Amino acid sequence: MNLVKLTIDDKPVVVEKGTTLLEAAKSIGIKIPSLCYMKMDDMNFENKPGGCRVCVVEVEGRRNLAPACKTECTEGMEVHTHTVRVVNARRTVVELILSDHPAECLTCAKSGECELQDLAQNLGIREIHYTGEQSHYKGDQSPAIIREMDKCIMCRRCETACNEVQTVGVLSAVNRGFESVVAPAFEMDLDHSVCTYCGQCVAVCPTGALTERDYTWKVIEALVDPTKTVVVQTAPAVRAALGESFGMEAGTLVTGKMVSALRKLGFDYVFETDFAADLTIMEEGTELLDRLNRHLNGDKEVKLPILTSCCPGWVKFFEHQFPEMMDVPSTAKSPQQMFGSIAKSYFAKKMNKKREDLVVVSVMPCLAKKYECTREEFSVNGDPDVNVSISTRELAQLIRNANLDFAALPDDDFDQPLGESTGAGVIFGTTGGVIEAAVRTAYELHTGKHLERVDFKELRGMEGSRKATVDFDGLKLNIGIAHGLGNARKLLEEVKSGKSEFHAIEIMACPGGCIGGGGQPYHHGNVDVLKKRQRAIYEEDKGKPIRKSHENPFIQELYKEFLGKPMSDLSHELLHTHYFNRKKKAEIE
Amino acid sequence: MAKFKNHILVCGGTGCRASESEAIAVNLKRSIDENNLENDVQVVRTGCFGFCEKGPVVKMVPDNTFYVHVTPDDAEDLVLEHLIKGRKVERLLYVDPETKEHVSDSKHMDFYKKQIRIALRNCGFINPENIDEYIARDGYSALGTILDEMTPEESIKVVKDSGLRGRGGGGFPTGLKWEITLQSESEQKYVVCNADEGDPGAFMDRSILEGDPHSVLEAMAICGYCIGADTGLIYIRAEYPLAIKRLKIAIDQARDYGLLGKDIFGAGFNFDVEIRYGAGAFVCGEETALIHSMEGLRGEPTVKPPFPSVSGYKGKPTNVNNVETFANIPAIFLKGADWFRKIGTEKSPGTKVFALAGKVNNVGLIEVPMGTTLREVIFDIGGGIKGGKKFKAVQTGGPSGGCLTENHLDLPIDYDSLIASGSMMGSGGMIVMDEDDCMVSVAKFYLDFTVEESCGKCTPCRVGNKRLYELLEKITLGKGDEGDLTRLRNLANVIKDTALCGLGQTSPNPVLSTMDNFPEEYEAHVKESKCPAGQCRALMQYVINPKLCTGCTLCARVCPVDAISGDKKMPHFIDTSICIKCGACMDKCKFGAISIQ
Amino acid sequence: MAKVKIPENKVQELKDLCAKFNNEPGELINVLHGAQGMFGYLPAEIQEIVAEEMNVSVAHVYGVVTFYSFFSMLPKGKHPISICMGTACYVRGAEKVLDEFKRHLDVKVGETTPDGKFSLSCLRCVGACGLAPVVTIGERVYGRVSPEDVKGILGEY
Repeated sequence: MNLVKLTIDDKPVVVEKGTTLLEAAKSIGIKIPSLCYMKMDDMNFENKPGGCRVCVVEVEGRRNLAPACKTECTEGMEVHTHTVRVVNARRTVVELILSDHPAECLTCAKSGECELQDLAQNLGIREIHYTGEQSHYKGDQSPAIIREMDKCIMCRRCETACNEVQTVGVLSAVNRGFESVVAPAFEMDLDHSVCTYCGQCVAVCPTGALTERDYTWKVIEALVDPTKTVVVQTAPAVRAALGESFGMEAGTLVTGKMVSALRKLGFDYVFETDFAADLTIMEEGTELLDRLNRHLNGDKEVKLPILTSCCPGWVKFFEHQFPEMMDVPSTAKSPQQMFGSIAKSYFAKKMNKKREDLVVVSVMPCLAKKYECTREEFSVNGDPDVNVSISTRELAQLIRNANLDFAALPDDDFDQPLGESTGAGVIFGTTGGVIEAAVRTAYELHTGKHLERVDFKELRGMEGSRKATVDFDGLKLNIGIAHGLGNARKLLEEVKSGKSEFHAIEIMACPGGCIGGGGQPYHHGNVDVLKKRQRAIYEEDKGKPIRKSHENPFIQELYKEFLGKPMSDLSHELLHTHYFNRKKKAEIE
Repeated sequence: MAKFKNHILVCGGTGCRASESEAIAVNLKRSIDENNLENDVQVVRTGCFGFCEKGPVVKMVPDNTFYVHVTPDDAEDLVLEHLIKGRKVERLLYVDPETKEHVSDSKHMDFYKKQIRIALRNCGFINPENIDEYIARDGYSALGTILDEMTPEESIKVVKDSGLRGRGGGGFPTGLKWEITLQSESEQKYVVCNADEGDPGAFMDRSILEGDPHSVLEAMAICGYCIGADTGLIYIRAEYPLAIKRLKIAIDQARDYGLLGKDIFGAGFNFDVEIRYGAGAFVCGEETALIHSMEGLRGEPTVKPPFPSVSGYKGKPTNVNNVETFANIPAIFLKGADWFRKIGTEKSPGTKVFALAGKVNNVGLIEVPMGTTLREVIFDIGGGIKGGKKFKAVQTGGPSGGCLTENHLDLPIDYDSLIASGSMMGSGGMIVMDEDDCMVSVAKFYLDFTVEESCGKCTPCRVGNKRLYELLEKITLGKGDEGDLTRLRNLANVIKDTALCGLGQTSPNPVLSTMDNFPEEYEAHVKESKCPAGQCRALMQYVINPKLCTGCTLCARVCPVDAISGDKKMPHFIDTSICIKCGACMDKCKFGAISIQ
Repeated sequence: MAKVKIPENKVQELKDLCAKFNNEPGELINVLHGAQGMFGYLPAEIQEIVAEEMNVSVAHVYGVVTFYSFFSMLPKGKHPISICMGTACYVRGAEKVLDEFKRHLDVKVGETTPDGKFSLSCLRCVGACGLAPVVTIGERVYGRVSPEDVKGILGEY
């Protein structure tokens, strides 16, 4: 190993060659303020354009100040991070950013979570000495994401997320100089673009320039409407992250408190999306086995691998980017939509309610789900199966609005029948979970044998794309897993070129899967947060008495009472969907 | 050039072409044909002669008669009088402003006396569209010698020994740059010629490419051999159509002659050149931005290191030099590093080309040894200030440079002296200003340029320069206060200290140098709401002196906004609330009755 | 922005242009130069075709087009007028000349007159500093222009 020795603020430090000043300083407890910089190794996310110039430091012998995030340590360097020159420069730079930033902190959606606000506070900026023209851009409200680019500080993180990590390619820096901003082509609205609404841009935006579309008020309206029965479903990844919004350690499971809070908020029924996840496994697993058996019997028509379809960001991604492969993914709806569909048919009937009188609210770690529930094919006579989708962050907001002391809430249980779930449903919340859940069920259905070992550790992890072979009693099933759309694209290119060896592939749009969704409490670039949420998900799975979807008694009842069997005609009608070729020329206003 | 008795060299530089030099050449040819002289006389369209002020320029060879301000109608006289009758056409000769005498040979003109031409050695002498003429002046022989007799290391040593420094602005030692690129290990390396001359008021690179494109191609091939590259790329502004055309012709001819392509001079060395086009972004003159632009990206600079010599175009080691730097290379190899070192100063050997413009009598392109003083350039070569006005400042280095004053006139010009006095060499723009120029406005002009050309990547340049501009605007509108001067200086210093690239780091120079050299002018604007140069419109008022006004009504008629009223033969009056301060009335008044207060 | 309809044969020509550069993303700027040469400007529809052919996102193409001042998304006037705003021209009064053009044409810099006859732009140094201030209209270069000359120059068209 090649080591270099230097001093930072007179403290000696020895680091590996190639280490940046920012990292070296951090290693000895010196936190150099930074803004545009964000690096998440496991997520393949590295944004260090060296553009904001907040992290500048003084290096002896150098003419000008050096950006700590981009400057590599060299032997004998003497670095000073808080000389008058540095502090004055840093404060001036932040004042410049603020001089072109709306002073709307009091009403900004990002207030309290804003990295620019924190920075200004930490530097004690009390006056902006440089004022002048401010940038103004057209606002953009899509069903999922709101862009208020007046608040953009050109950190370029969203561009990195959209282009390098997700390879969606909606965003680019446009114009130049003072007019430069990050925008879709022709500054069109997101809903005219190829945006998947994965929300990873929102997840990394340091300011309020990119935020989710807030539907909390719509939820409150439904809750106070006496004519409505309001049903809520909560996705598995929410319980592993919601606590963070109330100051709890990342990875704290708050399932019981969450149920308690939802009940106090006035929801009539508190259910789980995990139930629908079990249902997804029944349908998707059956479809997998069906395709697999036909394939093994020499049917040339059948397409393999089968790709999961429970992630709406991923669905929109392939509709835009790989329309020629629309027959490859499973036709199973996402758990959110399966839930909505069952709630407004089976459950409504059971409760003797008209579907119009039922309001289905979903709490999701996701922003794409907001868009998904507006898709026309997921409604009946204009009545959507899922009426409103809110994010984990919005639920936290509702809880705060209701003056609930979240930490002090007692644990409560989900309602029946749509609140019963297995460990398999729970692990949908993390990358690898869907396919592991599918394997647990498919193994037993295929082999007719009891599966002893339910933990498929070979399918778990955080690497962007993974593969494993699972032995189905002699049948070797090759399984691929990708999270992050950039990794998905690579696997898809392989499938397209016919080189893919996989029988089944799980794809999640967000790095880490749903635990890293665009609607989760902000991680501010800390990958450990995601890892802790992942551990919590597996912990919940482990604690569940039933860990295979097909063993869920209420799923069995649902099929017995209503659907018949997986892939039945009614299942097809309610639980499966079709895709649209969205590869068309973007429209211009 | 041997077979003709006479040659008529017609300047084909952009300036002279704009004044119909092409029509002159056509008419000359027609007249020559009409008089059956086509076997004796050849018309040659050359590159820029440099003396743009007197353009279009036509030079007769071999007697070296230098005709100025020639029009297409003069062509016939040049043939009939000069060629046939052997009489000089006096009305087209240069008149010495001092002695008022005709000067026919350019070497006796003050404009040329102090110049030494290395980079421009062939400009105005050869037909740039004919490779033979370049070869006749020892073209490509340096390349031949190197390939034959020298190793890359030996060749680089020559460049290092010559002390040549990058002529594009920074002044980085060229030989050292080559050496670093040579030492960067890679299968593939590139030579890039930076011809994205974007400095408003500098046009030497274009003149070299238009007048002597082969010298650049030869130098790039030499560089390729030295660093181990087989591909050269010329990044040129799309706004330079003539230079592009001549470069393309030159590349084709060099390929035909085997001077580009495979196995050059049979030495087993392969090298070819491609052209890449800029698209109107000044920042692309910065080498990392230039490389990104060549890669099909937005021309945003990236933090150095890594330097292009280690990781450049497509991630490969890339040596970037500008046109003028390359143009020096063949001459250095032909005449030796020692010869080169003897010209110029110890730390800045050689010459520098300047585009001399502004309020100076002799606008043009000049090449002088480093160490020449500003006084020599402006007054001896430039012929002093136009209209007999008083010299006030000279701006060097374009938007990255600063304004120097009378106190700097005896400063020997080189990289280091200019930086020490708050300016810089830049690409060699030199704009002379007189007493009518407001220094706050000049700083504002440059900031306007920087704001428009900022790429937007880093905060200090994107927002900081905008704020600098706004402060200057406020001051020129008479709305500034003393606090603004403090803010201006602090902000300028911070931008210098924190901006990402060379463009941003030097953009405050026009502000800082004018603040340092003309503090009283800034103070007059903020303390007294006065513009001493009388240029800031918001601070001026046009008034009519009733004692001098005859009531001729001319001013009222010329006023575009009807701000002037008054009865015929009675003193007129300007309504200052309507007046847009265009100055048309003052220009028209025959009685000197209108003045600025 | 109004939709622009591109004739089928022109679309093919554009695709051929991209193919000439091997559909190599690094050649994007060369392709855009060619496309602007073909169409006079780069409307959204052209950028979409180029993006598709060069295998880059439309946002990327748009980001590049809006970065470089040479590329325009609006058609130029029949007679494009450019005022040189290089320093030499500036100190010799180019700003006043520009103001005069703006006043006569009643357009701002970057705009085209409603009849499509003239468009007005600024450029930096055409390298004819000896003729400062310089104005170009189409291919024609006007040197030593004073504000009083503007009316007459426009009258020529």
